[in-house]
Amino acid sequence: MEILEILFTASFWAAAIRIATPLILGTLGELICERAGVLNLGIEGIMVAGAFAGWMAVYSGTGLWMGVAVAMGVGMLFGLLHSILTVPFGLSQHVVGLGVTLLATSSTYYAYRLALPEVTSPPKITAFQPYEIPVLSDLPLVGPALFSQTPFTYLAFVLVLAVSLILFRTPLGLAVRAAGENPAAVAAQGLSVTAIRMGAVIVGSGFMAMGGAFLTMSAFDSFFFEMVNGRGWICIALVVFGSWMPGKALLGAVLFAAFDALQIRVQQTEFGADIPYQIFLMMPYILSILALILMSRRAQVPAALMVPFNKGER
Amino acid sequence: MRLEPIENPGIARRLGPPALALGATVVIASLLAMVAGANPFSVLGLILKGAFGSQFAILETLNRATPLIFTGLAVAVAFRAKFWNIGAEAQLYGGALVTVVFGTGMLALPAYSMLPLLALLAVIAGALLLLVPAILKVRFGVDEVVTTLLFNFIFLLFISMLLEGPLKDPMGMGWPKSARVLPEARLPRIVEGLRLHWGFALALIAALCVWVIQTRTTLGYEMRAVGLNREAAAFAGIPVNRVLLQTALLSGGLAALAGFSEVSGLKGSLTLDLSPGYGYTGIIVAMLALLNPLGVVISALFVAGIFVGADSMSRAAGVPTYLADIMLATALLLMVLAILLTRFRVVRG
Repeated sequence: MEILEILFTASFWAAAIRIATPLILGTLGELICERAGVLNLGIEGIMVAGAFAGWMAVYSGTGLWMGVAVAMGVGMLFGLLHSILTVPFGLSQHVVGLGVTLLATSSTYYAYRLALPEVTSPPKITAFQPYEIPVLSDLPLVGPALFSQTPFTYLAFVLVLAVSLILFRTPLGLAVRAAGENPAAVAAQGLSVTAIRMGAVIVGSGFMAMGGAFLTMSAFDSFFFEMVNGRGWICIALVVFGSWMPGKALLGAVLFAAFDALQIRVQQTEFGADIPYQIFLMMPYILSILALILMSRRAQVPAALMVPFNKGER
Repeated sequence: MRLEPIENPGIARRLGPPALALGATVVIASLLAMVAGANPFSVLGLILKGAFGSQFAILETLNRATPLIFTGLAVAVAFRAKFWNIGAEAQLYGGALVTVVFGTGMLALPAYSMLPLLALLAVIAGALLLLVPAILKVRFGVDEVVTTLLFNFIFLLFISMLLEGPLKDPMGMGWPKSARVLPEARLPRIVEGLRLHWGFALALIAALCVWVIQTRTTLGYEMRAVGLNREAAAFAGIPVNRVLLQTALLSGGLAALAGFSEVSGLKGSLTLDLSPGYGYTGIIVAMLALLNPLGVVISALFVAGIFVGADSMSRAAGVPTYLADIMLATALLLMVLAILLTRFRVVRG
């Protein structure tokens, strides 16, 4: 069976991890927002903005890590806008989120046209290169898949661990989770629900922008319109699939990316050649919906997700 | 800071914030035009002139407003019941698909029965398309925001597959484009010689119908009750799930009419660029209209005007057309804030 053979090649798993990385970062960012009680539908646009900002920074001469920081900063600015409107003003998180996506996307395209008015194909940058971790990268199968990635991917894995530890092992994490479960209790402790939620949305948006930046700075080396192509929406589904747990979300993203990597390879087999390519391109979106159907009943939704909090009100 | 309700807002309180929001949008657009190296006054002037400055411009704006009225109504109906249909784009293509499937020769009828039948079939297709996420929501508790969004991607790929397969026009010189619909399946022009088709009139009628449904029928009352407070509505004996499904059918059907009207009235065939995001822009149209069906007509004209005006401004002044999208996103965000501030004041502490 050709398909089974694919599953045992290191290059397949290496591709899966690479495809998973922007999803991991985006899902982690959305997870932080939702844990604090805010649904951030700005994710799709923030990923677009991050993809452009990081790439543009590097193209204008900064170092790669500086580019990542610029992307993150731009994402945090949109996060600030989102959080001002949804947290202290308590406006509809659906409407604000879609508005932020629209604003981030259109201002990115506007900036792109202004920065590069005459080009037909966007210029390339020198992107992150794979770094083979000594010893570990020599392991069979796991080595090339996990330990021969770019530093950006390693960063994403480290961040999952860090966010997990902060959320579940520190007072800060407890405060964030409580803001999403029982904000009145947080306020009773003398903490500011507004500050915690705004902080979570801003940091989460920074992560989303990094997810976008991975596309232009590590997976590819250039910026294209429609590059993010619904990945943000898929991340929102992955948060539900991962039951709002960073570790499970990571597994979900890798599983999802593995399917994506598999469909690309099946397309090239004899069996795949007879099937319209659009069917393969649909798979990620269909999988996301199936994952939602599967998990929605069991999901432990943060109790105060999408519920604005007003001090002194019950 | 804290929000404090205002008991009896005066006229300044009710009109001030929205006016400021529009003013701020214009200021931001001007600043962005300056960043692009253009004179902001001439840019704004060019947008106005391009949108409303001549008979041609006005007709173009009305044509562009037509699909936006339909998708705006679709969103307004759904959002009123707090059913978050972000899938108007897919439903629009659903209506367009049905129009070309049945309108290119499968049915042979005179125009007076062909057109209503095609419109009806389109409505059914759009309603069914939205029924799937609606059922997933009421049966499995799956959030409709994500499913309707993902459906847009799936359905556009499906259309692309059909346009490169069974629906591909053999005379299309290799382009992924459907055959043209029969002359009997074309919506005629309202006035001979003027480029405006009956789709626009249909959109106005649809707005009126939705207004009647929302303000004069039990269903309209139930939809509002479900939107205001789902638990309270259920407690009052309103069948919440049934109302949500009915809302979905109505919303999907309205969005599909946009696709029918674009194919039958304007383009004559189906391509993948039939809609430059009318489904998504419908959200802005509906929000700027405060979800009021008659307001949707006015806000669709405003939004269409900005798009049409920005197109001609861009050609003349060299400022990217994306300025229009930025203006609309800014207007949307500032307007929802402004509406809040007509009823609440911000106090410290």
